[in-house]
Amino acid sequence: MVGAAHKDFALIVILGVVLILGLPLMVDTHVLTLLIAYGMLALSLGLIWGFGGVLCFGQAAFFGLGAYTFAVAGINFNESTLPLILAVLVPAGFALVLGALMFYGRLGDVYLAVITLVVSLILFRWINSTAGPDYTIGAARLGGFNGIPGFPILNVPGRPDLMIWGETLYFVAAVSLLIVFLLVTWLLRSSFGRIAVGIRENEERVSLLGFDIRARKTVLFAIGAAIAGLAGAFYATWAEVVTPTLFSLQQSAEIIIWCIVGGLGTRFGPILGAGVLAYLKFALGQQNMIDNMFVLGLVLVLFVLFLPRGLAPELARGWHWITGARRKPTRRNHAPRAEVSNG
Amino acid sequence: MIVTLNRRSFLASTAAATGALMMPGIARAQDAIRVGTVLDVSGIFDAYGTPMDMAQRLAVSEINDAGGLLDRPVELISYDTQSDIALYTQYAQRLVRQDNVDVVHGGILSASREAIRQTLRRANTLYFYNVQYEGGVCDRNAFFNGVTPAQQAEVLVPWAMSRSGPRVYILAADYNYGQITARWLQKYVADNGGETVGMDFFPLDVSDFGSTIARIQTVAPDLVIAPLVGGAHLSFFRQWAAAGMNARIPLASTTMGVGNEHKVLTPDEGNGMMVAYNYSQELDTPLNNAFKERWIAAYGNTDAIHEIAVSHYMGFHLWAEGVRRAGSVDRDAVIEAMEDGLSVEGPSGMMTIDPQTHHTTLDVHLMEVRDQKMEVAESLSQRPPVDTQAVCNLTENPDDNTQYEIEF
Amino acid sequence: MVRCCLKEAKRMDLAVVILVEVLYAIAWLVLVSAGLAVVFGMMKVINLAHGEFMVLGGYATITAVGLGVNIFVAMLIVAPLVVGLFGLIVERLVFRHLYGRMIDTMLASWGLSLMMIGAFKMIFGNTTTGVSGPIPGFTVGNYQINGYNFFIIVVALLLLVAMLAVLRGTRAGLVARGAMQRPDMASAMGHSPDRIYMLTFAIGSALSGLAGAVLAPLIGLVPTAGAGFIAKAFITVIAGGPSLVAGLASASGVFGLVNQFFSFLVSPVVGEVALLVAAVALLRLLPRGITTRFFRGRL
Repeated sequence: MVGAAHKDFALIVILGVVLILGLPLMVDTHVLTLLIAYGMLALSLGLIWGFGGVLCFGQAAFFGLGAYTFAVAGINFNESTLPLILAVLVPAGFALVLGALMFYGRLGDVYLAVITLVVSLILFRWINSTAGPDYTIGAARLGGFNGIPGFPILNVPGRPDLMIWGETLYFVAAVSLLIVFLLVTWLLRSSFGRIAVGIRENEERVSLLGFDIRARKTVLFAIGAAIAGLAGAFYATWAEVVTPTLFSLQQSAEIIIWCIVGGLGTRFGPILGAGVLAYLKFALGQQNMIDNMFVLGLVLVLFVLFLPRGLAPELARGWHWITGARRKPTRRNHAPRAEVSNG
Repeated sequence: MIVTLNRRSFLASTAAATGALMMPGIARAQDAIRVGTVLDVSGIFDAYGTPMDMAQRLAVSEINDAGGLLDRPVELISYDTQSDIALYTQYAQRLVRQDNVDVVHGGILSASREAIRQTLRRANTLYFYNVQYEGGVCDRNAFFNGVTPAQQAEVLVPWAMSRSGPRVYILAADYNYGQITARWLQKYVADNGGETVGMDFFPLDVSDFGSTIARIQTVAPDLVIAPLVGGAHLSFFRQWAAAGMNARIPLASTTMGVGNEHKVLTPDEGNGMMVAYNYSQELDTPLNNAFKERWIAAYGNTDAIHEIAVSHYMGFHLWAEGVRRAGSVDRDAVIEAMEDGLSVEGPSGMMTIDPQTHHTTLDVHLMEVRDQKMEVAESLSQRPPVDTQAVCNLTENPDDNTQYEIEF
Repeated sequence: MVRCCLKEAKRMDLAVVILVEVLYAIAWLVLVSAGLAVVFGMMKVINLAHGEFMVLGGYATITAVGLGVNIFVAMLIVAPLVVGLFGLIVERLVFRHLYGRMIDTMLASWGLSLMMIGAFKMIFGNTTTGVSGPIPGFTVGNYQINGYNFFIIVVALLLLVAMLAVLRGTRAGLVARGAMQRPDMASAMGHSPDRIYMLTFAIGSALSGLAGAVLAPLIGLVPTAGAGFIAKAFITVIAGGPSLVAGLASASGVFGLVNQFFSFLVSPVVGEVALLVAAVALLRLLPRGITTRFFRGRL
């Protein structure tokens, strides 16, 4: 088992490095950096939804919190290392509180979705109405609808004058995504991860085995938020501006679509979904023939109807078919799709 | 400076401009001067952006028809920012990194301007923001030709108060423009012996004003001044009229009509609103009439023309004149030529660059909406941007890069 | 003495104005949520394209008025018919394959909502359109009231009464209630659940269309306007709980009151945030909705 784990990690690293070096040959690195931030965001929801069974309708809230924390802290500290750390910790802390509120209240699936949705709407409304001069955090004006432009972008730790942007930013972001991916893999292989999957499959049984489901769900929720926050920080340094639309319903919707299209219950699927769909949106944005929302919507409907398990399992099957490998059966998607009993 | 065109020569010029890239005999792509624009041609601010885009294309074709700039054709690279502030920085980065443009014209809302101004400054790309705004931006890399509060609100407020009364209620859009403009309005109300009895701010997506209209009535002001912005806020004027308030309390605005709102509202809904701008279609000057004819030749009718479309058009010609004087599109050379008190005359009268602030001295007209038109009541000639002059001096501090705000 | 009573009278007028505004806010929520409530209450389907169904109703009205149809005919007949028919088609094409898979229906409807926004942009342009309200304002003492608010209140009230009457008084309502509680039994009695679901979805869609149509004169319609409705409708329906009419009325009542109270006292933004906060608090206290604790067993 340990040997298999090592082999798996090695495979991920090799594949990751090949992709990191190979992709810039096909796609502009400026666009790739955005796709990576989105991929990380998709992975964050893929983790809590696909493996923990927690459908969060407001994952964008943590993304936005991360981005805003990065911008606000950057203006106050005039460098980016501490802001980057805070961009992970603040959303995680927020998620701990929110998660505790929800999971200790034993809310059902649909109600969880409503609460997360409402919380992200509240954040959106609030941030959107902070244009007045009184809304400041330290030296930073929150700016409301304007968002916050002109904050310090990512720099080499300890050297605020050495800024990371352009191609370098791409490599930093890509390597960070690889590290996060490895950490997620490790987490899922740990007993915590296996119990999380157990909770997803049968909450009652795991509970009867003596595990504290509420605490475990809360912690998983916070880990997802931390990853989303990091993605937000990368987005902020890429875009050089943060705006309230980061918190919007539209943004949350897109994350869910990425996960579905890529493949729920897999680690690579959400990243793939984010990459493919965000690139598609970008490419469609270059033309005026057909509206990109129409295409995205169509893709989602078709996937739900005909390919509900997403791209990744199909790709894996194709891979096994080509290599003839029968190492293990394709990972089944056991995401919570059954009817919700309450409501 | 603006050459009169007839329809045929305009069409020929458009054809030449579009064909220029393909026909090596006329001009090659690398010879072209590259002008970038970022404007909201769709989304809730498209009423502002679409006519600006039309004006931009008209101005470019005029220049190309007259033989281009410095004997080089002008190539336009425009991006539609879809009323999304985040798209502004993306497209501005693309304009400077990939498209290597010589100048960027654009930005509509103040939020969009602030989103891209620093990016362009960092990239040493000259920037023109051609829209009326709250004033106070001090940046040597940028030029501003829209009316500012000292040019607009300073005359609008006493005029509107003299026709109504001293108790004023302010309703403003909740972002930098509305916030800062509201403070200027408060100042001018106080300066003229009035009192601001209420002030509310609305996010740009609010479209239900019922409770606000009830609240205004409990205060019973003599005058409402409404710097509201965008498609959603248009419903305020509708609901105001639907409640019958337009017959009871006079209304003035620093933005109404900028996006041709007075043509979207019915005459009953719009009549009597008081505004002050640099331009009105009803200005009967030879240059304005010629401009309207060229516009009709290009687009069929004058429906789309509005205040900021014209100021965008004027801004582009100001830059073109700067390039001609400098004999180059080099950023520093153009800035120096512009700072030499350069002026241009066009549909909205004379505009002169103020070297100290990079803003412009221009005409302002007090107007009243009447049957979907802006009737000029009084014209004030050549008003300098004194609000920005009080805080900004680029001749002495060329490295200044701040937006100064009014303080009490 | 006279002065005091004038003031008193003025206060009375103000109370009337505020009362109308509160009733209007409640009516707004009832209208916006009704279509979603029918579909969710009967079928346990959360239609996230509900907002776009409403916008379709708005566009249908504006188009019909543009073609010379009387505005009331356009709002009360044309729009519900158009959107109801559209719902019928969509149900046959997409949703009927997904019954029993709650999350999947939700996602498919989300995809549908994006498609509709895209289609609106392509057909009607990404711009603001609108019609003017057909009813003039009128005076209450010293105050002016938007006459159209009364129209909205009346329509919402009639809608609630009609829903109650249909569910309670007609055979179709009885069958629908039966199918809602025990689909297997209804099926065994010879009522095809497939047909009941189809008709329910069409009726829910028609209600969404009606809501969009009557609200269109108040707002500038943009292709993305649906987003402003769906969140509040979703919250209202979930907070209302299992009883259709009682849940709709009680949740709308609570949220409308909270919203308008804070809108009037502070600002519309605070009003909206207060509504959302109230929703979170309510769901934390009554995690299965208002009607699990109160009005239990009612419709």
